[in-house]
Amino acid sequence: MERRQPILELQHISKSFAGTRALDDVSLEVRPGEILCLLGDNGAGKSTLIKVMSGYHEPSSGSIRLEGEEIAFASPREARQRGIATVHQDVGSIPLMSVGRNFFLGAEPTKGVGPFRWFDEAKANEIALEQIARFGITRISDGNQLVGTMSGGERQVLAIGRAMYFGAKVLILDEPTSALGVKEASVVLRFMRQARAEGVAIVFITHNARHAMAVGDAFAVLIHGKVAARFSRGEKTREEVLNLMAGGEQMSELEEDLENIH
Amino acid sequence: MTSLLRRPELGAFAAFILTYIFFAIVTQGAGFVSVNGTAGWLNLAAELGIVAIPVGMLMISGEFDLSIGSTVGAASMVVAIATSFYGMPIWPAIGLALLIGALIGLANGMAVVRTNLPSFIVTLATNFIVIGATMGFSRLIANVTSSSIVSSDTAHAVFAARWGQANISILWWLGAAIVGGWVLSKTTFGNWVYATGGNMQAARGAGVPVERVKIILFIATGVAAAFVGVLQGVQWNSGNSTYGQGYVFQAPIVVVIGGVLLGGGYGSVAGIFLGTALFGVISTGIFYTGWNTDWIQLFLGALLALAVLANNYVRRFALTARR
Repeated sequence: MERRQPILELQHISKSFAGTRALDDVSLEVRPGEILCLLGDNGAGKSTLIKVMSGYHEPSSGSIRLEGEEIAFASPREARQRGIATVHQDVGSIPLMSVGRNFFLGAEPTKGVGPFRWFDEAKANEIALEQIARFGITRISDGNQLVGTMSGGERQVLAIGRAMYFGAKVLILDEPTSALGVKEASVVLRFMRQARAEGVAIVFITHNARHAMAVGDAFAVLIHGKVAARFSRGEKTREEVLNLMAGGEQMSELEEDLENIH
Repeated sequence: MTSLLRRPELGAFAAFILTYIFFAIVTQGAGFVSVNGTAGWLNLAAELGIVAIPVGMLMISGEFDLSIGSTVGAASMVVAIATSFYGMPIWPAIGLALLIGALIGLANGMAVVRTNLPSFIVTLATNFIVIGATMGFSRLIANVTSSSIVSSDTAHAVFAARWGQANISILWWLGAAIVGGWVLSKTTFGNWVYATGGNMQAARGAGVPVERVKIILFIATGVAAAFVGVLQGVQWNSGNSTYGQGYVFQAPIVVVIGGVLLGGGYGSVAGIFLGTALFGVISTGIFYTGWNTDWIQLFLGALLALAVLANNYVRRFALTARR
């Protein structure tokens, strides 16, 4: 199968903070309908990389290309407008607000004219329910239900579904499964597969090799701000991936420890 | 039914009904439930209620405003000095007073948003600054700290009309509740108010201009407080720097009794309205029982403690998963 052109490309990206190098010559690309897994331990530079991709940080050097065109995001808002949506681990939903209100926060549909415009809650609820039902969340049947009553996985799906509804072409998912139980995580992973089938490019940031191997097409391992390895689906076993993430050291004991954890 | 149980104003509604029935029985024959008695507690609630509604909306967005008390007094003094000392007609003087209220709100909002300091402290400071400045400038300009107001028939009709015992302020209160309720529950801005108080980072991430939301609400509390200052000034034909000091804590108290979470993000204008009505019923009810009015404070304190506990419970209840 022929691979499509990359939608988002990072070329030789470096980022320093007050003399400390957080990212060092990172080159990556992600294509539509592909899941790029970004693996790495805490402090490997994953968060900095996310922030560079989503417009929070300007890289110190290197370039970013979106659909082949070199680009510098002035703000996260601009990145979002260009179709790059970031969904963080804590999801950023508001527990004491309803499903419909959360889904349309910042982009509320309105009725009426001029100063007498009001929030079209019925429409918001209807679309929100429709969107999450499309991704398998059918337990929620009332758009007025508070988001705080939803499970962690359902909230992730709500947040990601929201980004897709508003036209995301690149989804950056920051540890979407790490705070979830096994069942909940599988809800999110299944959802990611479906999003991929719809042609969205996904950057899946995780430190869970099993979750990454379950859905990933391409993989990049980040260590101390550098890309330590890049490979495609099926090129490496899980043990090899775990070794790479751990920095290729203290193999056997660590492996056993990890086996027990995962 | 369950969705009704999840409404933030439920507690205030139940407390209002129970308290009303309690005083209706205890004060039997004393006239508490009469037209005049009802006008009495409505009058008392109305002026506090006009300030409490924007204060409550501000609290839902996660911020406090304790400067409202001094703004009431300042506005009344602005009208008094402008009309009686400078001979300004009443309407421009009222406009000036409302403008000053808006500016105090703007200053509070800017200070809170820029410094990220707790608004509780920032506005507590403003409360002292404003009353101090009002007294200082009043003495400097006119050598008084309270002064008479030269009113007009139209101003009197708008701010001080009475039908029997009922003041026009009750209508203003209802108007404020309708506008506030509509804005909070039906508009995009209202959605942003909840979001700002519920999770500021998330709201900002979704593109909500959280700073602007807060500043607008601070301006609204300033204008509402100045409005009440004008209302009281015209009603009593005088301005006084100390008008409104009681509201500094009464307003947040009735807001919390009305079911607004102290940390923000949850509450309703209907709840704030009922919380204020409850305050009116207690304050006048005790008077009708013939007991010492000192008991009002005890009642209010106990009610506040209860409300905070109940709100916490309601919040948890609202967040339990439905099966």
